[in-house]
Parts: sequence; C-alpha cells; structure tokens
Amino acid sequence: MEHIESLLIKNGLLFAFLFVGVIMWLSYQISHRLLNNKIPGVALAVIVGLGLAFLGEKKGIADLPLFSGMALFGGAMLRDFSVVATAMGADIEKIKSAGIAGLISLVVGVFFSFLLGVIIAFAMGYTDPESLATIGAGACTYIVGPVTGTALGVSSEVIAISIATGVVKTIVATVGTPLLAKSISLNNPHAAIVFGGLVGTTSGVTAGLAATDPKLVPYGALTATFYTGLGCLLCPSLFYFVLRFLF
Amino acid sequence: MKIYGVALLAFCFLFGKIVGTFLGQAIGIDGDVGGVGFAMVGLMFAQGWMTKKGWMLTETKNGILFWSSMYIPIIIAMAATQNVKAALSGGWVALLAGVVATLLPMLLVPLLSKIGKPKN
Repeated sequence: MEHIESLLIKNGLLFAFLFVGVIMWLSYQISHRLLNNKIPGVALAVIVGLGLAFLGEKKGIADLPLFSGMALFGGAMLRDFSVVATAMGADIEKIKSAGIAGLISLVVGVFFSFLLGVIIAFAMGYTDPESLATIGAGACTYIVGPVTGTALGVSSEVIAISIATGVVKTIVATVGTPLLAKSISLNNPHAAIVFGGLVGTTSGVTAGLAATDPKLVPYGALTATFYTGLGCLLCPSLFYFVLRFLF
Repeated sequence: MKIYGVALLAFCFLFGKIVGTFLGQAIGIDGDVGGVGFAMVGLMFAQGWMTKKGWMLTETKNGILFWSSMYIPIIIAMAATQNVKAALSGGWVALLAGVVATLLPMLLVPLLSKIGKPKN
C-alpha cells in the first residue's frame, strides 16, 4: 500500500489526470441520470472540485501529498495554455457574420457583468481595486476571474470567490434560461447570438439554450466563445485601470 | 503532425504573455495584463493566415484542439486547489454577484436584439 502511494505521489500529474477524469465522469453521470441535466456536468464537477479543496488548506487538495499533482494540472500555466487554445473554436469570419448585435452584446455583457460584480463586492466590504476587479471578472466567467486575479496578484481567497461567482453564474444561467426565455423573447437565432454575448459563460449558455431550444445552442455558443477572451483582455487591463483611478 | 499545432499554440501563448508583461510594465503592474487575450487574438490571426496559406492541416489543428478540450478538466483541478476555507467568509459575495450578474444581463436581451434585427 505504501509502495503504491509513493508511486502515485511520484507520478503526481498523471494521477491528477486520472483523478479529474473520475470526478468528471461521476459528475456527468449524476447530472445526466439524477438531475436530468438541470445542473450541467461541468458546473457539478467544478462544485465537487471546490468541495474537495476543503480537504486541504492554502493549496486546497494539493496540500495532501497524494494530490500534489493537482497543483500543476490546475496551475496558471496549463490553465492559460488551454484557454488560449479555445480561440480555435471561434474564427474571425464567424464573428463578422454574427454581426454588430453580437459584438455590442459582447462588450455590454462583459462590462455590465463586471460592473455588477464590482458593485456587489464593494457593498460587501471590498475596497481595493485588485480584489474588486477580480470579483467583477468572476462575475463574467469562472475563467476571467482567476486569470484577472493572477495577473493582479490577489490572494487565493479572492480568486476562490471569483471562481465561486462564476460557478454560481453557470448554474443560474442553466436553470434560469428556460424559465426566462419567453419573457425575454429568446426564441430566434438573432436573440440567441445576443444572449450568448450578454451572459457569456459558455457552459451555462449552451446548457441553458439546450434546455430552451436545442436549435439555438450554436448561435449562443458562437458569441459566448468570445466572451471569456474579451473578459481576459479587458478586466485586468482597461477595467482595472478605471477602478484604480476611482479607488 | 500534432506537435506543430502545440508548438504554434505555445508560440501564441508566449507571444501573448510577453505583450501582456510589457503592457503590465508600462502601467506599473508586476505581472502580465491581458496576456491570455492577446494570445487568443494572436492564435486567431495565425490560424487564419495559416489556413489561407494551406498550412493548417487537420493534424496540426488537432494538436491545438486537444488543449482546447482540456480546459474544463484544468478548471476543475484548479477549483480543487483553491483556498476555499478562506473564501467561505466571502460566500455571500459569490452567491449574490453570481445571481445578479446572470439575471440582469439576461434582461437586456430584448433591448439589444433590436440592433440589426432582420425585418421579416
């Protein structure tokens, strides 16, 4: 048993691949079979991840020697690398055809979410521009939050809050979209493009649209794909400067 | 070969990080600012240019797509390595900000949908 444990520790990154794979499989099964896809598998897996982080302290589950590989797997280098790779799913020609409405909704969506996140964080007692920007970025998506937080050098606590904010957003988008779809006239591709740009959290947008009308999914995903990139570009730069000027 | 795609991705990543670091320096922040965004824009342009030249082979693309598909597992690993205990004190911030930042933007859909709406 000891030998096996030391073997797993030595091959920490590979054990992390296996471990995350099992988490995702279980989460997708639970989402699909027990929850009827009401909470997307991705959101569930992220919640499981956040839950597992309680087993450790500062570095979450990676504080346990057996799971030390999780720190590399979930570290900034691989994270940013894979996020950049998602730009492949969205070519420039497509954003052109999505049209001016999609573009405007993207900018408005990122700015509005950031603003709401900042207002709430400020109301709850955060006053330094770095934390405010990170939580505001988390209100965009659970990727923009940590990317912004890492760039601005905020504490792991604030980064965790920003991730949690993004996860809440994914769940609310998934559950809320089919409920609100009628009252916001979300019943055609044009509106779906705008919706994807405004809400932006890809897993929530696609899951929410799938629950509303599967035909709308690609249109929402099209703009939502750009949302995280735009957020990663604007939040730690332009939006942060404005905050720094104000506070 | 897949490695060409991975290499292109790594180039764009490092390019973005370097631009972001310079921007960070220019404005006095230790760290890169928008590096991921610059890298993404770089990848989109590089991909468009290479496709035009006929250099973007399926295998090359697959090298990038593999890493693209790894981002969700990576996010899960990242979630599992956060300092959640310390974050719990701010739990209401996450809940409130998450709900508000989803529902209010949704309400803008009818308004922004009017832009460039095709006339039936």
